[in-house]
Amino acid sequence: MQDMRKLAELVKQLEDQLATCMRCGMCQAVCPVFAETGRETDVTRGKLALLDGLIREVFKEPSGVNERLTHCLLCGSCAANCPSGVQVLDIFLKARAILTAYMGLNPVKRLIFRGLLANPGFFDRFFQLASGVQGLFIKPASRYQGTSCARISFPLGNRHFNALAPVAFHNLGIPVNSAPGKSGIRVGFFTGCVLDKIYPRIGQAVVRSLDHHEVGSFVPRNQACCGIPALASGDTASFDRLVRHNLEVFAEEGLDYIVTACATCTSTIKKLWPAMAGEFSDRERSRLDDIAGRTLDISQFLIDVVGVNSVSTSQKDDKSNLETITYHDPCHLKKSLGVSAQPRALISANPRYRFAEMAEADRCCGCGGSFNLQHYDISLSIGRRKRDNIVASKSSVVATGCPACMLQIGDVLSQAGDPVQVRHVIEIYADSFD
Amino acid sequence: MIEKGLLSEFQRTLGRENVFHEQVDRLSYSYDAAVLDPVLPDLIVRPVSSEALGRAIRLCNENSLPITVRGAGTNLSGGTIPLPGGVVILTSALNRILEINEADLYAIVEPGVVTARFAAAVEAKNLFYPPDPGSQAVSTLGGNAAENAGGLRGLRYGVTRDYVMGIEFFDSYGELVKAGARTVKCVTGYNLGGLLVGSEGTLGIFNRITLKLIPMPAAKKAMMAVFGDVRKASEAVALIIANRIVPVTLEFMDNFTIRAVEDFSHVGLPIDAAALLLIEVDGHPVQVAEDAARVDELCRRMGAMSVRVAETAEERDKVWEARRSALSALSRVRPTTVLEDATVPRSKIPDMVAAIEEIGNKFSLKIGTFGHAGDGNLHPTILTDRRDAEEWTRVEHAIDAIFEKALGFGGTLSGEHGIGLAKSRFLENETSRATITYSRRLKAALDPKNILNPGKIIGG
Repeated sequence: MQDMRKLAELVKQLEDQLATCMRCGMCQAVCPVFAETGRETDVTRGKLALLDGLIREVFKEPSGVNERLTHCLLCGSCAANCPSGVQVLDIFLKARAILTAYMGLNPVKRLIFRGLLANPGFFDRFFQLASGVQGLFIKPASRYQGTSCARISFPLGNRHFNALAPVAFHNLGIPVNSAPGKSGIRVGFFTGCVLDKIYPRIGQAVVRSLDHHEVGSFVPRNQACCGIPALASGDTASFDRLVRHNLEVFAEEGLDYIVTACATCTSTIKKLWPAMAGEFSDRERSRLDDIAGRTLDISQFLIDVVGVNSVSTSQKDDKSNLETITYHDPCHLKKSLGVSAQPRALISANPRYRFAEMAEADRCCGCGGSFNLQHYDISLSIGRRKRDNIVASKSSVVATGCPACMLQIGDVLSQAGDPVQVRHVIEIYADSFD
Repeated sequence: MIEKGLLSEFQRTLGRENVFHEQVDRLSYSYDAAVLDPVLPDLIVRPVSSEALGRAIRLCNENSLPITVRGAGTNLSGGTIPLPGGVVILTSALNRILEINEADLYAIVEPGVVTARFAAAVEAKNLFYPPDPGSQAVSTLGGNAAENAGGLRGLRYGVTRDYVMGIEFFDSYGELVKAGARTVKCVTGYNLGGLLVGSEGTLGIFNRITLKLIPMPAAKKAMMAVFGDVRKASEAVALIIANRIVPVTLEFMDNFTIRAVEDFSHVGLPIDAAALLLIEVDGHPVQVAEDAARVDELCRRMGAMSVRVAETAEERDKVWEARRSALSALSRVRPTTVLEDATVPRSKIPDMVAAIEEIGNKFSLKIGTFGHAGDGNLHPTILTDRRDAEEWTRVEHAIDAIFEKALGFGGTLSGEHGIGLAKSRFLENETSRATITYSRRLKAALDPKNILNPGKIIGG
């Protein structure tokens, strides 16, 4: 039998943070998972009570608590709505790390995180290879979302997904360095895995936008994952390794900002790198804080720093041919970073679209990264609500600011057979240069 | 732990997916929003139909298992904390709005309907369901009726009791009892609905509730008045009402709360003010304009340092944002937040506010007071850390002292949070020995096995 007293001691380091939850239950109003299951262990208040229970040694073994902790999208809706300001994500990520360290990392995850993810060169080659052979296993599903589905249901189930790109973004031959033009600004471009391997077109749109505004760029080819999948599974060792790798890759002098086109990468770099990085030297730490402070979502950069002007629909010349577009707020942009006006402004800068706000635009799409893999049924029903809101907005395009949301939204639209395209905000903006 | 045979019987009766008994589930239904010790139930069940609810109750009765019904678990007096060995019945799957009748102005709901969702559905038909407890975004109508929940609009529109026209409930034997009607008038038999509202799950378990609806007022206007003296603010309240104006909300905030809110949300509150009144009037647009001007004038006459009338929806939001963030702001000061609701006749508010301040000083505790000045329902909020045993003893003494003062001013222990476990030992101080005995006899007659949320309200 495991020593639950030892575990209680470890979880005790969260005690001060746990004590701030007054059990008011307001998290029930906004939790997407709770809306589906109605179970107290699926909402934050319940999970915090379970962690409290570990401290009070209520349990004989930790697997039940560990399992319930995975019933969470880490979307931060509860934290954004919490009257007493409980630092929910902080608590959950630390708790996952404690439990993983205590119980050991699941062997499959160990293989993926430590064998693959934490070795960026090998990781890239692996996916290049997979991209070449995936055609044997998958077939096209919808032309609107460009999705595929598996020829046999194992291991992806009935998902409709965007397949791996034939050539990943880092192999497209984009110059690593370009000098700033009249903007005088130079940025690093942190690509992120999903963009690099599935949506290189988003990366191209970022580069075009930077070129358009004569912003100099630094686009290193040997970038690693931001670390969130490892962190979400409590694998802090892999997380630290990935953070260190990226710190070295972006050790370039003279970068005014680091931009990303992935909401999750942005919030991970800005919030979780400083909060969750383990034993880092002072030098590494100051480097980390510097990079976290300079990182911006691409729409935030273009609107707030470059000063792109948006055009309201009434000002657009020819109103008859406008396509209707709507926008989904990624949780990691709006709830984590408070970025919601800039992506909308950037969409409006393209005169070919009429913007239609969907209902519950900031409600989580249900992806949640590995949550989608572990709890696909719940993820899918959360996604269907998003799908219904998109369809009700009568838009032919849904834009968003996170490749992970794009995967999920593509899946639910494709499965329903809806003729709605899923695109990144920066693609919409870059289109306006044509 | 529940024995295997009984567990399978519950599973057969309700469906395996609606019966929870693992340790993690038991722990997660062991508390509510009251600052009390958790108690683990043996079993949690989630009936998905009226019939299933009845069967669950009968099974509990046959096996003498104590039942605690739970909606959203936002109770502030411990009414949803179960008993050791007990069964928690969840109403979350009984969440249908069965009817909204626009001709006869009533609605019929199942107990698990979330208050805000119901209010929105009613509003979509341009009708109004006024009770708006602070937890309405998650609280259930069943819970509201069981606690006789109030809210910000109590002064003008009353509380949940004033909107319950009828209740269909299961008694402790699992038999369905019907009380009230869907008519405005009904004198058929005992007023059992009246008895069940506020009974905190001790006399019956709701199956369906018939709620009264009223027309939506056409206009409303909010304003904020700043006072340098609590007594002046309170006199302004009395004066407004003496002038035959009954605002829909008339909220009060003391200096401690004002400073906490300003620290937290920087909405531009005057941090040196002794008291704020946040006032909203509603009704016909012409009357609203008239009432607003009159309230403005009356506040100034009572020495208000400033009065700001919200002219736009944005300004109105700003006024209410200050009130909405009161609890958030206070609860961030210390880890534990004890939210009380001792209530006094409205003329006694200055005395009560002074008494609370004195109690805070005497026991060296931080207490912020805000609340519903119009109806005398204050929320002295003690900011503390429950893990500090010595401080917690002082908190308990302070709570005793607050109750004693409130009763001394002719007030009541609880305006809207209920008695539950937290206040049952004080009940006799407000009522009498005979009241407790009468209530206990009533309970014993209706629930001979004492399975309906035992220990709540009347102890025992």
